[in-house]
Amino acid sequence: MNEPLQTSGSLRRRLMLQLVGSAAFLATLLFFVVLGFARDVAQQTHDSILLASATSIMDSVSVQADEITVDIPYAALSMLGNVSNDRVFYRVSTRDDVLTGYENLPTTSQSVRSGHSAFDTLTYKGDSIRMVTSLRRLSLNGAPADIIISVAQTREGQAAQLAQLSRSAMQLGLGFFLVATILAIWAAQSSIRPLKQLTEAVSRRGPKDLRPVQRPVPSEMIPLVSSLNRFIGRLRVSLTRSEDFIAEAAHRVRTPLATVRTQAEITLRRVDRAENRASLREMIRAIDESSRAAGQLLDHAMVTFRIDSLERKAIDLTELGRELVDRLQPIAELKDIDLHFFGSGNPKITGDAILIQNAVRNILDNAIKYSPNESAIQVSTRQNGNTARIQVEDEAGGFVGMDTDALTQRFTRGENAAGTIGSGLGLTIAREVVEAHGGVLIIETSKTGTGACVSLCFPLH
Amino acid sequence: MRISLFSFALILSSVFSAVLTMPTTSRAFEVEENRYFGPKDSDALKILSTTDTDLLAPLIGSFLALNPGVAIDYTSVSSAELMKAVMLEGAEFDLALSSAMDLQVKLANDGYTLAHYSDLIDLVPTWGTWRNHVFAFSQEPASIVISPAAFAGLELPRSRQELISLLRKHPDRFRGRIGTYDVRNSGLGYLFATQDARTSESYWRLMEIMGGLKIRLFCCSGDMIENVARGDIAVAYNVLGSYARARKDLASRITIVEPEDYTNMMLRTAVVLRTAKHPKLAGAFIDHLLRAAWDTPDVPEYPFHRYPISDEAQNAPFRPIQMGPGLLVFLDHLKRKRFLAEWHSTVQQN
Ligand SMILES: Nc1ncnc2c1ncn2[C@@H]1O[C@H](COP(=O)(O)OP(=O)(O)OP(=O)(O)O)[C@@H](O)[C@H]1O
Ligand SMILES: [Mg+2]
Repeated sequence: MNEPLQTSGSLRRRLMLQLVGSAAFLATLLFFVVLGFARDVAQQTHDSILLASATSIMDSVSVQADEITVDIPYAALSMLGNVSNDRVFYRVSTRDDVLTGYENLPTTSQSVRSGHSAFDTLTYKGDSIRMVTSLRRLSLNGAPADIIISVAQTREGQAAQLAQLSRSAMQLGLGFFLVATILAIWAAQSSIRPLKQLTEAVSRRGPKDLRPVQRPVPSEMIPLVSSLNRFIGRLRVSLTRSEDFIAEAAHRVRTPLATVRTQAEITLRRVDRAENRASLREMIRAIDESSRAAGQLLDHAMVTFRIDSLERKAIDLTELGRELVDRLQPIAELKDIDLHFFGSGNPKITGDAILIQNAVRNILDNAIKYSPNESAIQVSTRQNGNTARIQVEDEAGGFVGMDTDALTQRFTRGENAAGTIGSGLGLTIAREVVEAHGGVLIIETSKTGTGACVSLCFPLH
Repeated sequence: MRISLFSFALILSSVFSAVLTMPTTSRAFEVEENRYFGPKDSDALKILSTTDTDLLAPLIGSFLALNPGVAIDYTSVSSAELMKAVMLEGAEFDLALSSAMDLQVKLANDGYTLAHYSDLIDLVPTWGTWRNHVFAFSQEPASIVISPAAFAGLELPRSRQELISLLRKHPDRFRGRIGTYDVRNSGLGYLFATQDARTSESYWRLMEIMGGLKIRLFCCSGDMIENVARGDIAVAYNVLGSYARARKDLASRITIVEPEDYTNMMLRTAVVLRTAKHPKLAGAFIDHLLRAAWDTPDVPEYPFHRYPISDEAQNAPFRPIQMGPGLLVFLDHLKRKRFLAEWHSTVQQN
């Protein structure tokens, strides 16, 4: 049952990796989107200034004395200088002639209609330039003439601006990633928390706690938890059923056995032959043995059942002890045993009185059973710190050389029990009851050294 | 600052149209003076400059003192010739120092220069550098130089408005006795005129009045200063203030006015050329210039007046000419043609 389970990886780690991975993906996406957007905006800004420049030059074109002339406004070029420190080139031309400006400035590959303009990114003198080309149709000597104006600027300022922007976009992406990672860790942690809590709640349970899980759980865990509950239910049912079966069986065996025993004793009185009497005695002994075993099994089943849903009531240990001693006094007297009770104070504990009675009776039973005739048994209660203790001391020789742990297991009996009737369940019942109440069963040698001293220690009320 | 009369117009049109078509075997650029500083045997830092050698010699000296073993080969040229040497002839120099900001910006814009990075750049006001390619190492005002003798009995004008009203009130006293740059032939004159025209409408009013008073046109600041000192002319407009200040010998005979409405500040600039064989050393020389120009304390060998660094937020009269692609506008040959035509018709009124 306790073999280590094989793992198929950690749920939390998988969740976290997936979240962090998607955060990284989103951050990269964000970086490129912001960068692309910034690049577009920078380009558009630049374009609009170039266009304004070209337009103002275009507005200064006129026809004078049958000749096209252009009077470039100072602002047309100085406005470009105000935006960045980039180099500026321009050309004013007709279809056939360059009127003024940089003759070898490249021409646009796009076809531009009159009143429109086109933008190009080109290379001039080894540098990347952005160029606008505007066209307007004039009438010269009654014939149409196209004026083409190109204004270009190098893109160093734009590149610097973009570098700055991409640094910012990078920082943005990185910041986003960091925040998302922290959130991912937190999310993974908190979504795994109910699972952890359920695990803790289930593993904290006592070995006999077979109640269904009732704490609220996330809806995804409902199938798991309800399967678990069904499983627990089945387990409980099958356990109860087997306890019931034992109790029922013991009960059914005991009654006919009593009849058989009575008949055997009557027969014994009538029979004279020695060997017949011996075998009848043997028979009676076996019947006693079986009857005792049935009784103890029945008690054990009862104990197991009551422990399952433990009653918690205040019990006065001294009162309980005294009552029990009174009840067993006649049995002790049969063996001329001097049975004493000594109660000091009234130590109170909480629990099921029937169970505790049963436990103490088993211990006292043992003391009487294993004590020689005309010995003494001392039962006493006492309060010690925050434990209440009831102890039974006898002069039956004690547990010398015996493994007391083993004796508390089911059906285990000691060597000294050879001639006595018993089933080996008495100490088992006592231990289970004491432990169910959160106490301990202590088996020692008595102070006088002539017998055993068995104590049941409970936490105080 | 002598600019040969023809070359400027010629170069300007050719740098735009003929960079590729111009054969490398074309005539060599015109050198005004070449002087060698430092040990003869070493591989010299070659500087092409529009600044007179004498003016920069002390700074060169202090640079050589700090860098033993280094030599400097200093060639002074006009700004137009500098352009021609760099753009058309691919002359191999390490460094170009020029008062023509527009042309220096064009060199940097068109890819003839190298970037230079150093901690000293932080000393330079933001308007004093462009792209880590162009570095200003002086501020020189476009001033009005006046002959106090000719203004006897009159209050000296402090702004263009005051000058305009003086000229209106006393046309006879000033007729034929006003001078300015001939912007068709002087790069600096053209720069000052275009910046004036872009800054204020009062420039055209002033030119109109001056044109009506038979304005005399000069090739260069030096001539104007001498003419004023001699009393040949009473007022010279848009004279390079640093040159006027430098003429200590004429100090008693001229008065320099930096107009209060606004004073354009030309920035003398340095660029490391793409053809540089010693870009590191060229950078070190630029740092040397920047330290002298902008760092504290002042160094005695710095030849220019140090103006307070004007903050653009304040409405200070000193307005450094803004470096950047805007300067390319007035180098456009159509723009130039138009401007010159308008200027000419305003100034030559008969
Ligand atoms: N007081 C005692 N003195 C000596 N031996 C004892 C004493 N009590 C128990 N023993 C030993 O421990 C064994 C186990 O005791 P336990 O009460 O469990 O079984 P049992 O007395 O033999 O049978 P039963 O179930 O009828 O009580 C006994 O067989 C006996 O050998
Ligand atoms: Mg017993």
